[in-house]
Amino acid sequence: MGPLGIMATETKAQHEGHDAFPHPQSLSPGGEGSFVSRYATSPLSVSGLTKSYDGHQVVGGIDIRLSKGECLGLLGPNGAGKTTTLRLILGLTVAEGGGITLCGLPVPEKAREARIRVGVVPQMDNLDPDFTASENLLVYGRYFGLADRVLRERIPGLLAFAGLEGKADAKIGALSGGMKRRLTLARALINEPELLILDEPTTGLDPQARHLIWERLKRLLAQGTTILITTHFMDEAERLCHRLAIMDHGRFIAQGTPREVIAASIEPQVVEVFGEWNGTGTPAWAATCASPLCQRFEVSGETVFCYALDAHALLAHLDGQPGLRYLHRPANLEDVFLKLTGREMRD
Amino acid sequence: MAIFLTPATRAVWQRNFLVWKKLALPSILGNLADPMIYMFGLGYGLGGLVPQVAGVSYISFLAAGTVCSSTMNSATFEALYSAFSRMHVQKTWEAILIAPVALEEVVLAEILWAASKSLLSGCAILVVVAVLGLSHSPMMLWLVPLIFLVGLAFGALGMIVTLLATSYDFFMYYFTLFITPMILLSGVFFPVSQLPPAVQVISAFLPLSHGVALARPLILGQVPGDILLHLGALCAYTFAGYRVSLRLAHRRLLK
Repeated sequence: MGPLGIMATETKAQHEGHDAFPHPQSLSPGGEGSFVSRYATSPLSVSGLTKSYDGHQVVGGIDIRLSKGECLGLLGPNGAGKTTTLRLILGLTVAEGGGITLCGLPVPEKAREARIRVGVVPQMDNLDPDFTASENLLVYGRYFGLADRVLRERIPGLLAFAGLEGKADAKIGALSGGMKRRLTLARALINEPELLILDEPTTGLDPQARHLIWERLKRLLAQGTTILITTHFMDEAERLCHRLAIMDHGRFIAQGTPREVIAASIEPQVVEVFGEWNGTGTPAWAATCASPLCQRFEVSGETVFCYALDAHALLAHLDGQPGLRYLHRPANLEDVFLKLTGREMRD
Repeated sequence: MAIFLTPATRAVWQRNFLVWKKLALPSILGNLADPMIYMFGLGYGLGGLVPQVAGVSYISFLAAGTVCSSTMNSATFEALYSAFSRMHVQKTWEAILIAPVALEEVVLAEILWAASKSLLSGCAILVVVAVLGLSHSPMMLWLVPLIFLVGLAFGALGMIVTLLATSYDFFMYYFTLFITPMILLSGVFFPVSQLPPAVQVISAFLPLSHGVALARPLILGQVPGDILLHLGALCAYTFAGYRVSLRLAHRRLLK
């Protein structure tokens, strides 16, 4: 697997493999010339980024290059260094090593100017509780030096985009969690950003609210906005991201398109086995029988996860074991994530 | 030192102003009530026992001290409790800092806002002083910029405390150990000359003393002595407070 700085040809191939979201660049012809111009206008490029707190390395030498209109997902357990990476990119903390170019400007030296062209949805909602929804957008837009006249023109459209048409004069306290999240998204778009940075945008939301946010993000991607998103929801990454990087202990441990990451990191078939076996549980079955039937297995409580290149023999065996039940499915990103970052809890 | 009087600084100031506008009337009345109670209570109550202080009625003497101490209180409360809510509780600063606004601009806007709010409190008392005829001299108009400067000094000093605070409880120390003693040592209720000589030395260093030393003669229609010294001291407190605040803000928020 190559570094995250994906070359033009790779990018093209990925986008063809990811036809669910038509991508602006897949429409343009490839070739050296377009690569150079794309290189020059990259909304974000990061190289060799490192950061430590109290001698503990939080970000350990990562490289990112985003192409215009692309969605990159940073996946990782809590404490993997995702939020610190975003803070570094925005110039809110200073790196020890490495370089960052955000919207063509060096960070942290020109971070303030670069942020004029960036929208950010932070992990925690920090909408202004003293203001209504539309006042939140107005006040926020002023931080970008935008005139009130311009902002008053933009606000109705942004509220509509966020599905908050009727809530212009609602106080923040009266909004649901999903509405607050959508208003935060609208707030991040007040400056019509080239690059949108989202830090776990759907954490804590119900499925309806989550799907609505995904739908809006896809719309933005279709319009050519570049997105950098952190998440620990694998389905979110699979739905939205053209490329993703799995991060742990401050490093990228896998990267590529969702399909590439799955293909490169894990056996294609998963059989989850549970139930009873010879009067005991599945762990005893796994210890006795699983090894020759699959490439790899993991015991998690009373469930055994078997990973196989070909599951035929395993399934035939399982059909002959009356007490055992199983679920056979293709491997997904969650399997990759658990394999690479382990099953133990992180805080 | 770079001064960050930029459009972004103004935008942050405007944000606080917009919140204040929604609660303007109760806010002004609240700011006015407390100092007025003291001024009338002590002015007329104690004033009956103390016929003249420094050649004027006690309540006239007290007027300048009341203007300055309530300016100090107003700026301090805003820089402590309100700014701490925005910085720590509501995370308003975090939201602002992901926009193209520098931390320097946020800190400066907060200090300017604390001074602006204290300007309203100080001027409200000044109006009462004028209406009651406690001052007749147009010289008292000089108090308007002076109130703003006193507000800046205490806004900047309060910002230091806010940036060191871990919770609202922390502010009790600042009030108990700094603000309350200062009111008694700065010539608000009685002339500093009443204090023992050693304590007078301490008094000469307190920012509120410098405010009162300028405000009192102006209200009584006199030209203050040592104008540059007092203005310089207030400016020095403002700049020092701002610089230290910036240091602390970087350490706290951009780590």
